[in-house]
Amino acid sequence: MYNPFSLEGKTILVTGASSGIGKATAIECSKMGARVIITGRNEIRLQETYNNLEKADHLMIVSDLSDDIGIKNIISQLPVLDGVVHCAGITNNLPFQFASREKLDEIMIVNFYAPVEITRQAIKTKKINKNSSIVFISSISGVFTSSVALSIYSASKGALNGLIKGLALDMAIKGIRVNSVNPGVVETNIFHSGVITDDQLEVEKKRYPLKRFGQPEEIAFAAIYLLSDASKWVTGTNLLIDGGFTLQ
Amino acid sequence: MELKDFIQKFAEQFEETAIELFKAETVFKNLPEWSSLTALSIIAMVDEEMEKRVTGADIRNSATIEDLYQLVLSK
Ligand SMILES: NC(=O)c1ccc[n+]([C@@H]2O[C@H](COP(=O)([O-])OP(=O)(O)OC[C@H]3O[C@@H](n4cnc5c(N)ncnc54)[C@H](OP(=O)(O)O)[C@@H]3O)[C@@H](O)[C@H]2O)c1
Repeated sequence: MYNPFSLEGKTILVTGASSGIGKATAIECSKMGARVIITGRNEIRLQETYNNLEKADHLMIVSDLSDDIGIKNIISQLPVLDGVVHCAGITNNLPFQFASREKLDEIMIVNFYAPVEITRQAIKTKKINKNSSIVFISSISGVFTSSVALSIYSASKGALNGLIKGLALDMAIKGIRVNSVNPGVVETNIFHSGVITDDQLEVEKKRYPLKRFGQPEEIAFAAIYLLSDASKWVTGTNLLIDGGFTLQ
Repeated sequence: MELKDFIQKFAEQFEETAIELFKAETVFKNLPEWSSLTALSIIAMVDEEMEKRVTGADIRNSATIEDLYQLVLSK
């Protein structure tokens, strides 16, 4: 069947696959024919993702991305890849005066340093094929907009945005493409700490022109486009998916 | 942290409200300056000063400053 978005024959690494956007991305990629390598910290939830993958021969690696050992653990088990989707990430709704170096490090380590280091080590050890595609799940925050108490989260995503542009240039010679997907609020576990209440989320939802938050699969589909040969001429770009939020 | 210090730190999260208005029995959500940003500041203050995690729901369920103080102590 004609399908320019097929991932048949491709091996894709998905971080943050134990929850939310990463979970949906791993499952959808497997449905598009990819072999997926999934990572996350929580073994039970990662196993649940694994169990939902289509077909067999996938690989699951439990690892914490906040230290070098965790990153080495992933790199050492990687087969040669045709794509990466960096989904692992955390948020913190912190008024700026509380954004201590410690809080800033917490966010930057997971949202910025970890994906940078995984990408760098994978490239250096030739674990990324020519003509591969690297996708970073960024955000509307820090690239198109921000909101109250979101300065350091925005900074981590803004930093990725700069990286993507430079990295896309450096990788062009290998035919490796580098892009981001920039979602508005998506219904996942990212607000599980309860700092933001359900009532506040309901109010926020009404500010979206399409009157709802995104679903994780709707972000996964964008990652699939960027991973597939359909986007062969797309590099260094930010794919905005926000139900119209940033139009206002 | 003593209640009086908690009240002091609580008050510091406000810009315009007169300091005398902050008492143990103050119903803080009735203060005109109260907002979702102040709530986030209170959550961050409790984390920084007392190393305790309170949620938005904890704040919603507390009427007075002392209610919140007792709730934090119970964590
Ligand atoms: N949801 C949104 O509204 C939204 C909007 C824009 C952008 N994003 C971005 O989308 C990405 C995915 O977020 P989500 O909404 O899917 O969040 P989520 O449901 O909370 O999932 C986050 C994932 O990141 C993993 N992770 C976090 N810290 C980690 C660490 N130290 N080591 C290894 N893995 C770690 C988690 O693994 P464990 O659960 O196993 O610990 C989990 O799989 C993030 O980068 C986020 O910034 C989300």
